[in-house]
Amino acid sequence: MNLWPIIIIASVLAFALKYTGYLVPQRFLEKPRFTRVTNLLTVAMLAALVAVQTLGAGQDVVLDARVPAVLVAAGLFALRVPFIIVVAAAGIVAVVLRQLGWMA
Amino acid sequence: MALTVADKRALRTGISVGIAVAAYGVSFGALSVAAGLDIWQTCFLSLVLFSGGSQFAVIGILASGGAAAGVPAIVSSTFLGLRNGIYSMRVAPIVGGGPWWRRIAAAQITIDESTAVAIAQEEPSAQKVGFWATGIAIYIGWNVATFAGALLGNLIGDVSQFGLDAVAAAAFVGLLWPRLKQLQASVVAMVSAVLAAVLIPVSAPGVPVLAAAVVALVFGLTNWLHREPPSGPYSHGVQPDDSPDPGDTPSFHPEHGEGTR
Repeated sequence: MNLWPIIIIASVLAFALKYTGYLVPQRFLEKPRFTRVTNLLTVAMLAALVAVQTLGAGQDVVLDARVPAVLVAAGLFALRVPFIIVVAAAGIVAVVLRQLGWMA
Repeated sequence: MALTVADKRALRTGISVGIAVAAYGVSFGALSVAAGLDIWQTCFLSLVLFSGGSQFAVIGILASGGAAAGVPAIVSSTFLGLRNGIYSMRVAPIVGGGPWWRRIAAAQITIDESTAVAIAQEEPSAQKVGFWATGIAIYIGWNVATFAGALLGNLIGDVSQFGLDAVAAAAFVGLLWPRLKQLQASVVAMVSAVLAAVLIPVSAPGVPVLAAAVVALVFGLTNWLHREPPSGPYSHGVQPDDSPDPGDTPSFHPEHGEGTR
């Protein structure tokens, strides 16, 4: 399967959004509804991605070692541990649970 | 060009933020290859798309659905990239005029961190230095790290064997976490996550993520559960200081005067 068209279109659109901001009048920033929806869009998409990445396996919902790994990650982020350490910790939690045979 | 004390401080902040963020370009590179992209496709995303949340979304959705999930991958990436457009409006006066190529370069590096560092500076010249220093440092570091991560990812076969699937999920938690300071955002996150989980078995890959946009629209347009944020210079509009992109810098919060690390 060729992924290039997807990658190129997503990239071009991302740049277009950045560039457009330099062209449109500043008064758009005064519209709270516009900026609020944008903020919440980011939150909503990221939260949905957390759910899908944690629970999804194709079109099945699976409870496996990813769930405790994500809970550990959330706890560490709450403690303001740096990103790279947290994601590594999440990976280690999943690997250990699988090695022990406790979870798939 | 002679740099003032404030300029030098902005420069140092920018470079240190850049290095911190770049470090986990490695995780993006490795996850992207694990998701089925090749090294060049992975590097293309970091070079051209260059926005962490969108990049992770593209590879996350392609990992679950392959090329068939192309449309939701593109749309999700674009929704996540909308805020960069708002950052551009914010930093346009800081970047100022100049030749066309300068505006293109500025646009490409207009992301959470460059915007946050720029607007955290008080003097106009320091704002400019902060924007460019942060943007350029992250751009170089993020791309080098992506390439290294992609090479590393190529050596790893099975994704779950090294917990990379859990790493992908944790990466999204990290991007989301700093944005959950207000009740409205937290409720939107909760509803979106539940909705997505419910939709996984009954919809095509990528659709559960897209459906979450409806949640954002409903809450955003009605302003349901909104509470007045404490007033301050950044109380209106998108708050880049809260936004991790391409990566999160958890200890970096200019609104609290912690911008210098």
